[in-house]
Amino acid sequence: MTIELRNISKHFGALKANDSISLTVPPGCIQGILGENGAGKSTLMKIFSGFLKPDSGEIVFDGKSLKIDSPDDAIRLGIGMLHQDPLDFPPFRVIDDFIVGSPGGIVPDRRKALADFNTLSKQFGFSLSAEVRVGSLTVGERQQLEILRLLWLGAKVLILDEPTTGISQAQKEILFATLKTLADQGMTVFFVSHKLEDVEALCTKAAVLRQGALVGSMDRPFDKAALVRMMFGREVELASKSSIAPGKKVLTIKTGSVDSIRLRIKDVNLQVRAGEIIGIAGMEGSGQDLFLRACGGLVEPSGGQFCLDESETPMNGKTYHDYMRQGVTYLPAARLEKGLVPGMSLAEHFTLSVKPKSAFIDKKAAVALSNERIAAFNIKGRPDSPVESLSGGNQQRTLLSLLPEIASLILVEHPTRGLDIESTIYIWGKLKERCTAGTAILFISSDLDEILRYSDKVLVFFAGKVTPLIASESLNVQKLGELIGGVGWDALEANNNA
Amino acid sequence: MTNDALLFGLSGVLSSSAPILFGVLGETINEKAGVSNLAMNGMILLSAMGGFAASLATGSLGLGFLAGAAIGAAVALVVAFASITLKQSQVAVGYVLAMLCRDLAYFLGNPIMGMPGPRLTLSPIPGLSSIPVFGTLLFRHDVVTYSSFLLIFLSWFYMERTKPGIMLKGLGENPRAAYVRGANVNRLRYLYTIAGGAIAGLAGPIYSLSVKAGWKGTISGLDGIGWIILSITIFGGWRPFRAAIGAYFFSLLQWMGLVLQPLMPNVPSQVLQVAPFPLMILTLLLVNIGNAEWVERSLSHLPESVRRDIAKVLTALNATPPAALGQPFEKDE
Ligand SMILES: Nc1ncnc2c1ncn2[C@@H]1O[C@H](COP(=O)(O)OP(=O)(O)OP(=O)(O)O)[C@@H](O)[C@H]1O
Ligand SMILES: [Mg+2]
Repeated sequence: MTIELRNISKHFGALKANDSISLTVPPGCIQGILGENGAGKSTLMKIFSGFLKPDSGEIVFDGKSLKIDSPDDAIRLGIGMLHQDPLDFPPFRVIDDFIVGSPGGIVPDRRKALADFNTLSKQFGFSLSAEVRVGSLTVGERQQLEILRLLWLGAKVLILDEPTTGISQAQKEILFATLKTLADQGMTVFFVSHKLEDVEALCTKAAVLRQGALVGSMDRPFDKAALVRMMFGREVELASKSSIAPGKKVLTIKTGSVDSIRLRIKDVNLQVRAGEIIGIAGMEGSGQDLFLRACGGLVEPSGGQFCLDESETPMNGKTYHDYMRQGVTYLPAARLEKGLVPGMSLAEHFTLSVKPKSAFIDKKAAVALSNERIAAFNIKGRPDSPVESLSGGNQQRTLLSLLPEIASLILVEHPTRGLDIESTIYIWGKLKERCTAGTAILFISSDLDEILRYSDKVLVFFAGKVTPLIASESLNVQKLGELIGGVGWDALEANNNA
Repeated sequence: MTNDALLFGLSGVLSSSAPILFGVLGETINEKAGVSNLAMNGMILLSAMGGFAASLATGSLGLGFLAGAAIGAAVALVVAFASITLKQSQVAVGYVLAMLCRDLAYFLGNPIMGMPGPRLTLSPIPGLSSIPVFGTLLFRHDVVTYSSFLLIFLSWFYMERTKPGIMLKGLGENPRAAYVRGANVNRLRYLYTIAGGAIAGLAGPIYSLSVKAGWKGTISGLDGIGWIILSITIFGGWRPFRAAIGAYFFSLLQWMGLVLQPLMPNVPSQVLQVAPFPLMILTLLLVNIGNAEWVERSLSHLPESVRRDIAKVLTALNATPPAALGQPFEKDE
């Protein structure tokens, strides 16, 4: 089936999110969609999947113009979309979420659905349990669930809006292999991503959007430098690695343990010093997020000592506010659910993030503050834009721009998930500035390159087990990938004991 | 108290729970879809009066029940229109409607007040009703009580075991996600609000044609029951079996108030009449205790297997309202 998007236009207020975009995709093609944050990629995909109505333009399958007015229409045509931010049902059991919206009779065949779910999940090496609540999964796991569901539905056209942010290297390879097989059988895939390596590994064609317009496209083999130039209109250089000499102690953990209903983390020993950047790697749901929250006082550790600064008195039993007063800040992964307040504008977010001078809000000052932050963090939005109207990458920038001025320790989950290359460099530039000023950073990432490139030391989690700190120079993508998959731990432990 | 009296009492608890069950389960359905119908109290009064009047005029019990359901559906339609189409506050609209319907019921019901009218008779189930103990308890009721048993099971089955039922829950949890999965959110919300209203509307004629037969205006003793139904919906955690336990528990408390009164002459009668309400609140607290962080924390000291089991029980017990309850759904434009 040949798919044509013809002259698709869409504007939000004065902003042209899609400006007469035309794209022809042959059958069995894996079409990469590239572009900087806010370029209009998600908008185009949402129009294609019936979630948004275009102002003008048409969608044509094999020469036939189609009417796609709602996701229901799209589903009937076999178009399935993984949205950038999870659109699922947190209180549902995984298996129920899996079933909702599937075709067939009124009473679903649960046993078959469960069997299919487990087979698929195993095939990809996902460790999703069918009976837990969706809300207890990490964002990455929720994405995995959604990918499985779409594959299970047997979509003819599969749209994946940044699907690789929550899965490990090994899982990614399996996913790509599966997508290629499906494409060979005639499925068309739209693959939105910021990672050129992924596009290179998977896609047969790539199209680049910039400021709502299609600025170019390319077939395999790709010229990465040319793609980057198309995306940003200029060359983008990767920052070189620079380390800061570690300063005083910021966080010391002795035989720390943290428990949740799902998992138990034991015997973590760790010392973080000012200026250090520590990357935390591991498959989604291996306990990294729980551990990070314990470091910020959001979860009560179940044992050991968590001490801040040079102090010897453990912070165990203290609340997040006590941690905050000591300069600890935590940035969550589910930005729209936990980090930002949907319905509130940028100006309102910024105003709340600074210490108020009085109980009343100075409108003028608020707008000035917003303009300053918007400029400083290069956010595409206006002071009065509600946060949920920002593109994914701009939401992430907003979240980072809310960091307090003074912090001794920043705990951050997936700092650049969903950010384009330029913004990633930019954000890390901002974070490094903090380090120079003496802030230590602990971050979780599922992007191994990011971990290796930016961290001084690495901590790997596997099913609640934690490695000692490993110098990032002694690692490479393959070695780190193995540790994440539970391979090579014996050698590490032997080394450690020796 | 003799055993027989106890048995009849408990059997009475089951039948007097029937209207509460219809109300609670109807409301559970529309709240699951994301729309709360706070008009309940007035709606039940109006449908009780209307159902009685209809069956008085036609001589048909069936038409009486039908009228009750129709009144419930009509009131729900107003709620749906105001909240889904006009995107007004469900609380404000529901509350005003509750007042309006109540006054309307008293006003329109004036001419038929105190008139003798038709009444549903018991239909003991042959064979089953002569089983000792259980026969009296479960199988000597009228049709509506049997239907209330059935309704519990049916609504559970619908919401937990069928695809449209799971989607129904999705509407109230995350309408955007439901939309993406192909649901026509606002149309379905209309449908379920009206369906819930019709089911809850049956509570009226169940009173006026069975449990408290007749229409006695302000002294019918029905005013207030709608509010209790709304609170039992919360107590029930938006789950049919738990809602049923809540309804039975409430009727039981009320009945115990009546029974205990003569045994405790020193306690003012008001105390026993009101006691069910604080008791309900207390139970609500106990049931939701698993939400508290300190509970989870103290659990972590227990051995793994025990901890898991307890955690399971607590998770099963605790109830959270549908996340998008009361929020209008708007497509991104
Ligand atoms: N519902 C909306 N209301 C107003 N503006 C919107 C809305 N959705 C998107 N926009 C704006 O349209 C532009 C394109 O957004 P879109 O989400 O398509 O970007 P994107 O290419 O997917 O970016 P990212 O890589 O950050 O996800 C952005 O400037 C965004 O702020
Ligand atoms: Mg996007």
